[in-house]
Amino acid sequence: MATSSSIEFLLIESVIKIVVVMFVLLTAIAYLTWLERKVIGHIQARWGPYLVGPHGLLQPLADGLKFMFKEDIVPLDADRVVYWLAPFLAFLMAFLSIAVIPFGESFTLAGHTIALQITDLNVGLLFIFAVTSLGVYSVALAGWSSNSKYPLLGGLRSSAQMISYEISLSLGVIGVLMIAGTLSLREIVNQQAGLWAHAGVFSLFPRWNLLLQPVGFLVYFVAAIAETNRIPFDLPEGETELVAGFHTEYSSFKFAIFFMSEYANMVTVSCIATLLFFGGWLGPAFGPAWLRVLLPVFWFVLKVFCFLFFYIWVRGTLPRFRYDQLMAFGWKFLLPVGLANILATSAVVTWVHSR
Amino acid sequence: MEILFYIFAVLAVAAALSVVLQRTPVYSALSLIVVLASLAVLYLLLGAPFIAMVQVIVYAGAIMVLFVLVIMLLNAGHEGPSRGKGRFARWAGPPLLVAFLVEFVVLIWKQFGFTEVARAEAFDASPAAIGRLLFTGYVLPFEVTSILILVAVLGAVVLAKKHL
Repeated sequence: MATSSSIEFLLIESVIKIVVVMFVLLTAIAYLTWLERKVIGHIQARWGPYLVGPHGLLQPLADGLKFMFKEDIVPLDADRVVYWLAPFLAFLMAFLSIAVIPFGESFTLAGHTIALQITDLNVGLLFIFAVTSLGVYSVALAGWSSNSKYPLLGGLRSSAQMISYEISLSLGVIGVLMIAGTLSLREIVNQQAGLWAHAGVFSLFPRWNLLLQPVGFLVYFVAAIAETNRIPFDLPEGETELVAGFHTEYSSFKFAIFFMSEYANMVTVSCIATLLFFGGWLGPAFGPAWLRVLLPVFWFVLKVFCFLFFYIWVRGTLPRFRYDQLMAFGWKFLLPVGLANILATSAVVTWVHSR
Repeated sequence: MEILFYIFAVLAVAAALSVVLQRTPVYSALSLIVVLASLAVLYLLLGAPFIAMVQVIVYAGAIMVLFVLVIMLLNAGHEGPSRGKGRFARWAGPPLLVAFLVEFVVLIWKQFGFTEVARAEAFDASPAAIGRLLFTGYVLPFEVTSILILVAVLGAVVLAKKHL
């Protein structure tokens, strides 16, 4: 067993990492709402938030204060325990999956190697799927416990959508798993290091899994947009359809928690997409030791930011699917394409290994 | 490490009791989810991380979602107090249950003693090893299970569609 001083060190290190990651993540989510309103505003030829602080930069702060001071309404005959449990569960699952995401290389400090990751599970990817599966409960329970028609329907539709697209989400990732041979996220990124050599026109391109698994990436990303209930898959919470879906009857702080957990899910899914398909934190790293630690984190954040921008861009551009079209797309198109991708990938991997 | 086992074992038993004793069906389903999650932690403590995660993904994350959705849709109400039926069961039940549990514990004690705790030996529980076993030694049960699931899916489609 480890000595007591190294357990203490591990504990302090973990607590510091958790505090830093939570702080960064909460700030990122707050400013993601600002970014969304700005980008969608500009897509629609208007400015978005402009008055609260320079270019609306203090708008998230104003929104946060508003959420805290609003009246807290609980519907009559709502099931008390489950009504309060649902947003808590959503928040818990959204933030739990950040625990296994690596942000950069390891570095040594005072003789100890510190990895920029809260915990490096060797089944890290499965942990994220497990947490995503448990996130479906918050939606279903929120819809049911509100004791009202629109939330019930919205909750049922939303949870059915989430469990359908979870399958395609996992299938898109299995191709990467077959190539990498491991479930640990850090290992999968480390295998994407370097450039393709002897590949003609692609010689200077980095060894990202995107080139090995383009279909897998498309399946994963479309399923991820559906999983996080974003446009074009957000019928269960569209305003004109179901008032606000499963979180209709939630006011002030509880609604803010649902809101935050939806953005946290977006961030998690984008982080996984960069880790699995875009080489994570790999990028040109040069200079002194402290720069070598900060630059990978910068590349990682840049890639995640590109994904989040793409999410918001899609929201401002596409109309939403009707519910039967949505389900048909998930089961009749995305699932077979994911399965075909696995077949093709396994055939190629076996052929390459047998040579 | 032993303290973690005791915490989650007690949590699993308490949640299992809650499944049986709750009046609202939704609370029973939620307690069952707690039981499954505690079992997943116990699998982790035994050195099988893959099985732990698959337990959460499949059992707690898919099967129990189905249970919870069905309970919500069918609007199963609260269980009221039972009126006068089964008076014999109410008086004879708990003592017989305690006798059964004592017998159980005594049998296990005689067989294994109190010093034996399941320890995580150095066995290979990685996905690669499980996959290898599944496709070589246990391929027949694997294929039969796949056909069973296919039959279940077909049955669900047939029952749910109004006209094929």
